[in-house]
Amino acid sequence: MNFDLEKFKVHGEPLIYGAMISIALASIGIVVGLTVFKKWGWLWREWLTTVDHKRIGVMYILAALLMLFRGGIDALMMRLQTAAPDMKFLDAQHYNEVFTTHGLIMILFMAMPFIIGLMNVVVPLQIGARDVAFPRLNAVSFWLFFFGAMLLNISFVIGGSPDAGWSAYFPLASLEFSPTVGNNYYSLALQISGIGTLMTGVNFIVTILKMRAPGMKLMRMPMFTWSVLITNVIIVFAFPVLTVALALMMFDRLFGSQFFTMANGGMDMLWANLFWVWGHPEVYIVILPAFGIYSEIIATFSKKNLYGYTSMVASMLIISLLSFIVWAHHFYTMGQGVMVNGFFSITTMAIAVPTGVKIFNWLFTLRKGRISFTTPMLYSLAFIPIFTIGGVTGVMLAMASADYMYHNTMFLVAHFHYVLIPGAVFAVIAGFHYWFPKVFGFRLNERLGKHAFWWIIISFNVAFFPLFILGLKGMTRRMYTYSAETGFGPLNMISFAGALGLAIGFVILVYNIYWSTRYMPRDKTGDPWDARTLEWATQSPIPEYNFAVVPNVKSRDPLWAMKHDKQPLFEDQITKIHMPSNTGKPFVLGVVFFFLGFFLVFSMWIPAIVAGIGVLVVLAAMSFDRDHGFYIPADKVIKTEKKLGGGTV
Amino acid sequence: MKVDTSKPLEYGTHENSNRIFGFWVFLGAEIALFATLFTVFFVLVNRFADGPSGSELFEIGPVLIETFLLLTSSFTIGLAVHAMRHQYKRAMLVFFGITLLMGLGFLGIEISEFVTYVHEGATLQTSAFLSSLFVLLGTHGAHVTFGFLWGAAIMIQLMREGINPATANKSFIFSLYWHFLDVVWIFIFSFVYLKGLM
Repeated sequence: MNFDLEKFKVHGEPLIYGAMISIALASIGIVVGLTVFKKWGWLWREWLTTVDHKRIGVMYILAALLMLFRGGIDALMMRLQTAAPDMKFLDAQHYNEVFTTHGLIMILFMAMPFIIGLMNVVVPLQIGARDVAFPRLNAVSFWLFFFGAMLLNISFVIGGSPDAGWSAYFPLASLEFSPTVGNNYYSLALQISGIGTLMTGVNFIVTILKMRAPGMKLMRMPMFTWSVLITNVIIVFAFPVLTVALALMMFDRLFGSQFFTMANGGMDMLWANLFWVWGHPEVYIVILPAFGIYSEIIATFSKKNLYGYTSMVASMLIISLLSFIVWAHHFYTMGQGVMVNGFFSITTMAIAVPTGVKIFNWLFTLRKGRISFTTPMLYSLAFIPIFTIGGVTGVMLAMASADYMYHNTMFLVAHFHYVLIPGAVFAVIAGFHYWFPKVFGFRLNERLGKHAFWWIIISFNVAFFPLFILGLKGMTRRMYTYSAETGFGPLNMISFAGALGLAIGFVILVYNIYWSTRYMPRDKTGDPWDARTLEWATQSPIPEYNFAVVPNVKSRDPLWAMKHDKQPLFEDQITKIHMPSNTGKPFVLGVVFFFLGFFLVFSMWIPAIVAGIGVLVVLAAMSFDRDHGFYIPADKVIKTEKKLGGGTV
Repeated sequence: MKVDTSKPLEYGTHENSNRIFGFWVFLGAEIALFATLFTVFFVLVNRFADGPSGSELFEIGPVLIETFLLLTSSFTIGLAVHAMRHQYKRAMLVFFGITLLMGLGFLGIEISEFVTYVHEGATLQTSAFLSSLFVLLGTHGAHVTFGFLWGAAIMIQLMREGINPATANKSFIFSLYWHFLDVVWIFIFSFVYLKGLM
């Protein structure tokens, strides 16, 4: 093995040296901080080894917020580089790396984990369960996601980031045209976190189908839980395709196989197909739970039950089926002929129908409701018109013949930001504000929340609406610079101003978390919004066992029925509660996978084999583990309930 | 743990029956995984470039032995589960051991086949057809290898603890996995080897 330190280095850019120094300083800061305040033991006991779905959810959301800022800085750099003609801020290679990691991080390491984090916190509570079906597997999922994300992030400073776009089309992503290790990172980091996501999919399907409280029939489940169930079915069937695609990519790049090459029979279009067979359902993996979140919030703050419950479920099922048969609309212009384009054009437009049904259901839920304009509700109300613009431009793009005009222009970029930002980002922010008091026991400040909301909502439109016009004027996406004669300058400058406004909005949002942690009064009711579903029927913050007594569900909005129709919800006596024990093995497994991935990225075979054996050893240790958990005695449960407010005792 | 004696031992606790259901869901994902690999193989099957085609490369003899070994091992793991339900620990261990040995035999033949192919100049790098062949067979073979190690770990636990809800549950899930690998092999045998020999 020829060991060459040069291949680890990234050269040239002062920005990258800046990033290296800030990463080093942040790491040193964290280590020193933990040592000075003697928090290592706390960190290990309470967080790194936890199997509690709420804590795992919080860690997912924290990681997602960090990644939001990482991806956001990428976005700012891109908008700055294109803000005026002939900018010299980034060079072409650096710009390629930045738009690639922006896409990857925002979709896979921001939107998905944010949603999976909310899923983790909320779903077991909404179905009246004590935890997910497999708490330890849940920890494995998180740590695989986390270390996959870390592996992609270190590419920036060690060896170079992927640079072939987030869709990594071949032959561009092949060893021949992307000779740096960037796309090795792509294949391995996504693979590791993808396995974690697949495990999440299995876990939540079993949780929702098998762990519901008595009386919680499928058609009584809250809409968010329904959306999560459907999403996880999509995960289980879509992610294996990504697993295969990434494995083939790895074989092509590391072992010289001929799947996507231009010679020896390889077929580059195979990659585009495999990628989007996963990639299109992936869009619905982030958007369906968002629909669920909005359904909960709109019903709660309209003081009405959700309009058209059955049609909401049916439309999500139809969307999930259609999501698997539209993938070719991502490459109409790559020559698959009129018949194929026609088929995919029709299936794509068909998705607008069930989506439209959902929009009307939300509108009818609002109709004659007693609406309170809280921060989560504001995001939900803003979502409806903005998402509709995104949806309508989507139908424009769906028409294959017209798409030859828009394909790969900024019009497309504007379209998918207009669906993904209201459809996923506003939703997770709304859900974050909505469920925050449940997890932490106090609300986020409303005034700051609304400040952030207006900054974000206005800046979003300032940043992305000009891109529609730029696209129609002919500006292509992924273009790192342009000349003044094109006339693209002014609109790009407006867009950059919008991007800065978005950044300010997100800074206010984070400041709000800090401010509220220090000054907001504690909520003792456990139900600060006067909500309808089971998660609000227990204490805030949620005790580790979730419910002192398993609820007995008799209707669709059980908490509402308890509060207003005097329907009893908790009828049993408090008894001892069985809990799973913490374990450090999932964390260790994540670390070992991280090293396995890292060594493979750099083709360091012997260390990689050692790490691979390490993975097997940790798995064996898990198999031999015989920890059956522990019981919390009844009197301790009663004490905890009294301490937290005594609402259900 | 509450054990429901009206059900087979491996389903006895709520947790255990969830594990079995969860494993079925996981097998759903595995079906999607192998379906994708088969699709890739069918797309690339006629792209030989300068390399050999399937009919030039394949020999029915070793493949038939592989098929015989794996199909029989699927039968013996069934016998092991049957013995488990009657609490015959010794018989269970014997059938379990035979299963794993046949799996090992299968792997031995598969590896020697791979070596033969490579000696005949048919490598992963030669053509798209061979890349997809090696990755499809290799993924299945890797599953069998993992199954061998996993099964061995379960056998050690069975020897240590005997048949209890935990080991019964693990053994039953392992048997599902093993049957699944058998089903995948039937597709490989029919659509890769037999079709390739035509």
